[in-house]
Amino acid sequence: MKYWKIASLLLVLGIAIACSSDSDNPEDTTDSFDRGAMLANWADNIIVPAYGSFNADASEMKTATTVFNENPTVENLQALRTAWKKAYVSFQNVSMFEIGKAEDVRFRNRLNIYPTNSSKIEELIANGSYDFSLPSNIDVQGFPALDYLINGLATSDAEIISFYSTHTNAEAYRNYLQLLSETISTLTNQVLTDWTGGYRDTFVANTSASASGSVDKLTNDYILYFEKSLRAGKVGIPAGVFSQQPLPQNVEGFYKKDISKELLLEALDASNDFFIGKNFNGNTNGQSFKSYLDYLNTIKNGGDLSSLINAQFAAAKNKANQLDASFIQQIETDNSKMQDTYDELQRIVILLKVDMVQALDISIDYVDSDGD
Amino acid sequence: MFGTVSRYLNKTTEAAPLAVFRVFFGLMMVLSIFRFWEKGWIDKLYIKPKFFFSYYGFDWVQPIGNYTYIIFAICGIASLFVALGYKYRISIILFFLSFTYIELMDKTTYLNHYYFISCVGFLMVFLPANAYFSVDAYKNPSKAFQKIPKWTVDCIKLLLCTVYFYAGLAKLNSDWLLKAMPLKIWLPSKYDIPFLGNLFQQEWVHYAFSWSGALYDLAIPFLLLYKRTRWFAFALVVVFHVLTRVLFPIGMFPYIMIVSALIFFDAGVHHKIIRSLSKILRVDYQRIISVAETKKYRFTSKIGLIVIALFFMVQLLLPWRYLAYPNELFWNEEGYRFSWRVMLMEKAGYAQFKVVDEKTGNRFYVNNKDFLTPFQEKQMSTQPDFILQYAHYLGKHFASQGHKNVAIYVESFVALNGRLSQPYIDPNVDLMKERESFAHKDWVLPFNDKIKGL
Repeated sequence: MKYWKIASLLLVLGIAIACSSDSDNPEDTTDSFDRGAMLANWADNIIVPAYGSFNADASEMKTATTVFNENPTVENLQALRTAWKKAYVSFQNVSMFEIGKAEDVRFRNRLNIYPTNSSKIEELIANGSYDFSLPSNIDVQGFPALDYLINGLATSDAEIISFYSTHTNAEAYRNYLQLLSETISTLTNQVLTDWTGGYRDTFVANTSASASGSVDKLTNDYILYFEKSLRAGKVGIPAGVFSQQPLPQNVEGFYKKDISKELLLEALDASNDFFIGKNFNGNTNGQSFKSYLDYLNTIKNGGDLSSLINAQFAAAKNKANQLDASFIQQIETDNSKMQDTYDELQRIVILLKVDMVQALDISIDYVDSDGD
Repeated sequence: MFGTVSRYLNKTTEAAPLAVFRVFFGLMMVLSIFRFWEKGWIDKLYIKPKFFFSYYGFDWVQPIGNYTYIIFAICGIASLFVALGYKYRISIILFFLSFTYIELMDKTTYLNHYYFISCVGFLMVFLPANAYFSVDAYKNPSKAFQKIPKWTVDCIKLLLCTVYFYAGLAKLNSDWLLKAMPLKIWLPSKYDIPFLGNLFQQEWVHYAFSWSGALYDLAIPFLLLYKRTRWFAFALVVVFHVLTRVLFPIGMFPYIMIVSALIFFDAGVHHKIIRSLSKILRVDYQRIISVAETKKYRFTSKIGLIVIALFFMVQLLLPWRYLAYPNELFWNEEGYRFSWRVMLMEKAGYAQFKVVDEKTGNRFYVNNKDFLTPFQEKQMSTQPDFILQYAHYLGKHFASQGHKNVAIYVESFVALNGRLSQPYIDPNVDLMKERESFAHKDWVLPFNDKIKGL
């Protein structure tokens, strides 16, 4: 009897010590995966540089817009198109990071909702008053709206520039175009400044294992982006996977046409690079989903998940590479190639959403309900 | 044999342990309902969703819009009355019915803990838990008793022992013991728990937790029953449940189990508890004691005893019903619920539903977010009965929207306990042609691996 009492006392005491929330031995973190380092790599080597680069491109696009508006020539239109394309491609590298300020301003919705609503754009231009921050106006702004205004107003360049020079409402067209470019640039600048101005530290410090921790949140954002924006938006929806018929009018870069493949490939590379933790401005890899999975694998001796995911990225890129530069063209000539690409992307979604999420033990719902 | 049984049934014991159990159980339920309400879960889980997953045969149990709050209010007030022992019989019946109704509304929220509470509530309907230290007994001394039949206390103990022991048996499988799964997935992700966080990265810790968890569940009934090990066992109960509370989001359950385990102690402990409670509540302990005197409670009918005997027969057999089904239990989940299988699986899934017009071949995919909450979608994607019910819901929904010849197919993948994901439901089966029943669901694709054990 006495022994049992002593034993139970020791047991409670031991656990009380073990559970007490102070660890006076901070060095013994060495044997576990350093999530802080992964978050720092994400922030410092990928997210902030990618935003920095995109911010410069958005700013260049804004300048090109101003130049064009002051002097709407074919030459300046082509320069604006080049700047637009460069910025649009560059945007593919930041679209997945819908966290922090980007989440607050609904960055992706403000910059890249397509198909753009051309008739509504015409209406707004005719009315002359519009507020891009309204949620109802997400389909009249961003890159797709610019695409319409610089590529889709007419078939020839001469006709397009006439909207900005000789058209009765030319000033309204110029104003709208200007505000589109400025909004993109301003929003991007806001997001970047937020990252460099303190959010980076908040983000990196939030290593908590809960649904509100940075790792869980960004993982959810990343997977959501990949599933909804990349797989469905860029390929699945236009290929008709979710509808009765293919919807070529829903491709990304509808008016420019020969850009949808480039945007997809850039986005795929960016997602893959983020997965392996590749430095945005170089070829070195830091801590990432890949190294995290590899670390957990050394505990689990399970299947080599990170290699499977990388191989699946390669398979998807391989299919995407076979597509026509214009997805409208591709859908018309051979939509099965679009569907094949979709199938490969879908396999990535399953690997990320089922296998990776399970391995990392990240909850994909935000409901904080009780479990067994 | 018959003599032993009837002698046992005539044995009496102090009423205090059951009274203390009633008080704590009632209070825990009040807290649970309050917590559930306060966290906004009534709205989130029972009012916001458009569609609810029913238990087979219970599709008539549905939330009733904003009136659902009334059910919770009834449940909370009934719990309080149970704790007080005020109008006990009607209160415990109301508690059992309202609580069980809530649990039956949507099986998305199924937890063994909730099932346990329904079981306890049911048992307590037949027990004289208000015979001592209750408002009923205080107001009407003819209802006050110092002694009650021993079996009435023992059946709470038996239920607790069943829960633990069956939970222990369920852990005797190769995933739990030989692979330390799913703890090997869950523990490393608790890296931010001070001190223990680093230990959780070590493989031996996963095995230590798995094995000691199984051992704990199997041994604790006996350690609690055996007088010499009782205090040690209670310390184990406290440690074990506090630890699970620290590690996993399991709400009130650990506390409920800790206070429930008090029932194993001798009446002396309970008298001390009642004395302390009397002090806190500023009621006269001596007077409470004196109304009960040394009267013995006698049942006027045998019905309660018979019902309880049947109840335990079902309890002991139900967890084995999975043996009647082919294929892997963890994969098909036929006979998984209501069997005290706790924390055995980490299952993640992905299910994409395809609506097909069988005549024209036209098809499109469903966005699950349009119909389900993230929590419902998560539960649905790994459990065949959810998938089937949802498919039928989708079929009816799209047919009512004017779609013709609707067939519903699902492309789904599930990963179980760290294995790579594999296809789950046969993608070539039109789920509209399948019906829910207790029969084996042959449209679930076979599991590519083997899990040995019970």
